[in-house]
Amino acid sequence: MHAPHRESYLSATVGIRSWLLTTDHKRIALLYFAGITFFFFIGGMAATLIRLELITPQPDLGSPDFYNRLFTMHGIIMVWFFLIPSIPTTMGNFILPMMIGARDLAFPRLNLTSWYLYMAGGIITIAALLLGGVDTGWTFYEPYSTFYATGYIILAVFGIFVSGFSSILTGINFIVTVHKLRAPGMTWYRLPVFVWSTYATSLILVLATPVLAMTLLMLLAERVFHVGIFSPQLGGDPLLFQHMFWFYSHPAVYIMILPSMGVISEIVPCFARKPLFGYEFVVWCSIAIAAIGFLVWGHHMFVAGQSLYASLAFSFLSYLVAVPSAIKVFNWTATLHEGWIRFDAPMLYAFGFIGLFTIGGLTGLFLAALAVDVHVTDTYFVVAHFHYIMVGGAVMGYFAGLHYWWPKITGRLYPDYWARFAAILAFFGFNLTFFPQFILGYLGMPRRYQSYPPEFQIWHVLSSAGASILAVGYALPLFYLLWSILRGPRASANPWGATGLEWSTRSPPPPENFEKTPTVIRPPYQYVRGEPCMQAENG
Amino acid sequence: MAEDALGIQYATPAQERETVTLGMWAFLATEVLFFGSLIAAYLNYRIWFGSEFIAAASLTKVVLGTINTAVLLTSSACMAMAVTARDAGARRAPVLWLIATALLGLGFILIKGYEYSLEYGEHLVPALNFDLARHGGVAEIFFIFYFCATGLHALHLLIGICLVSWLAFAIGTDRLRPGSTTRLIGLYWHFVDIVWIFLFPLIYLAGRNG
Repeated sequence: MHAPHRESYLSATVGIRSWLLTTDHKRIALLYFAGITFFFFIGGMAATLIRLELITPQPDLGSPDFYNRLFTMHGIIMVWFFLIPSIPTTMGNFILPMMIGARDLAFPRLNLTSWYLYMAGGIITIAALLLGGVDTGWTFYEPYSTFYATGYIILAVFGIFVSGFSSILTGINFIVTVHKLRAPGMTWYRLPVFVWSTYATSLILVLATPVLAMTLLMLLAERVFHVGIFSPQLGGDPLLFQHMFWFYSHPAVYIMILPSMGVISEIVPCFARKPLFGYEFVVWCSIAIAAIGFLVWGHHMFVAGQSLYASLAFSFLSYLVAVPSAIKVFNWTATLHEGWIRFDAPMLYAFGFIGLFTIGGLTGLFLAALAVDVHVTDTYFVVAHFHYIMVGGAVMGYFAGLHYWWPKITGRLYPDYWARFAAILAFFGFNLTFFPQFILGYLGMPRRYQSYPPEFQIWHVLSSAGASILAVGYALPLFYLLWSILRGPRASANPWGATGLEWSTRSPPPPENFEKTPTVIRPPYQYVRGEPCMQAENG
Repeated sequence: MAEDALGIQYATPAQERETVTLGMWAFLATEVLFFGSLIAAYLNYRIWFGSEFIAAASLTKVVLGTINTAVLLTSSACMAMAVTARDAGARRAPVLWLIATALLGLGFILIKGYEYSLEYGEHLVPALNFDLARHGGVAEIFFIFYFCATGLHALHLLIGICLVSWLAFAIGTDRLRPGSTTRLIGLYWHFVDIVWIFLFPLIYLAGRNG
């Protein structure tokens, strides 16, 4: 098991070309890690400026126009260049083929192409945002975005369009890989839940992203050629844009959260030393979320003027989609029951996820209620709700997975003390940042405003104070993980005592993942007296 | 089109064949949603504007559109023959069928180009020379969809022609070992054909039943 001197995927070949032209899914995952981290901190810088600006009721850092560009930049970068690709392209890329006992994804060259499309789209969009920015918000609502807004909308939209193809190709790759490249004995009900949830995510990537691509193409046609497609003054239907936009952008929320749910489903059984409670329910809930998630987009348009009957249907379906999410929360909690729980850093992040996701999910039900939604539409209540899902949920899940698989990916351990400290900081910082925003929204503070009445200031100050703690929580891993790469102790093949195939090969893995293709003999998450029963004997 | 050597991710050629086939189907699923959302938007306006929209549809060149439908369907038949011949192990027949496929595809593009030039002459091209006073705003929206839909279809067809030409060349010069490539490109070609089967009645035949 311990043979760090033997060849790993990191040392097999050297030189910049061996990275930029690699087709190894593990190296491509690291390329994505670099890109994702870069965009996360760009988006985070915009968030920092927003929170600084909002400490006082009056404008401080710049004009209202500057503020509009700031929150637009924050939204675009975080949604399309961090949250959507985050877990699938990094941990999905690295771990998914290993979990099913494959030597690579189905289409390795396509995988590399995805990364280049992602980076190209990201750089185009960043260029647009730095050249002069976009002030439409990340939603590009019509007709403002085509006939009134100034700024580099064409370039920014084109960048998002390009990165969409990266999403599609990644989704195709995962779907085909899960169907066709599973090792002998790896039946569907023996797949780790992370594979199932990445599979569900990929279905959304493949079926929703092309709709966004077409919508953006029509928006570009309208803005470039000044013809009417969505603009009412030229006979178009602005609501159609919202329908098409949210047909993608609501399922996109599930693109962000499903992979995190998969990560949590790996971590909870491992650190509770018990099988996942209700495995079949958890995996079918992933599929149910992906399917029902396609039918709820209209809840973004309750006050936009769609018919009341449509709103009623969308409201009902939005309640319905909460059911499988709730089942998952119950299953994770039940897994803990009578477990031998360990509180390592990944588990702390997982606990953070479960708590914050639950609050985010429950406040989502407030917004699914037609009457309540009218009161809180476009207020900070909505902002707080979706940050609980996307930051409290998706980002916590990202950090949980990062800490869980870090020893496998790098072959090094990190200082658990600092990691736990960062997890706790992020949890408290997050709550202090976003809980006051529920209250702000309930009291009537609208989103996307630079200045506000003085009576709201106390809540904004609390929120900004929390953001500074959250920022430290997010920045800390940069330091101790870097230290871990340089000085960290070597990791064994299976430092957490987990059961998946990825833990039965070396850390870091050899270029072809397994010395010989493993044969799977049992379902995941099996423990006897706290000792892991590996899915395959040493592969 | 990994027919050169078996990639490290595959255990057997059969596994590779199944994998690339599923990959193409997954890609086509994406394409269905891509064109599907455009068609859904088109139908939204068709229902909303009703007779005015249908009146605009009568400005399309239905004879040319019908000829093109026949040309494209014939090309798909040739493609199917090429796949069958290739599976049967023939050497020259697939090349000839593929050349016929590509030429028919090219014929479609040329007829489409001629159609576009006629429409340009009638001031029907939005953003270039659309005559708003003569045709009206609803007709402009119709023709935006017309040019978007047929333009994106033509772009897909052009890509298909390039793939088919490359394939004919590769088979003709014996650079391609037996495998799935012909069938995969065939699937793509038939998909582009099917998109047209939806576009043709939606665009050309709207309101022409008397």
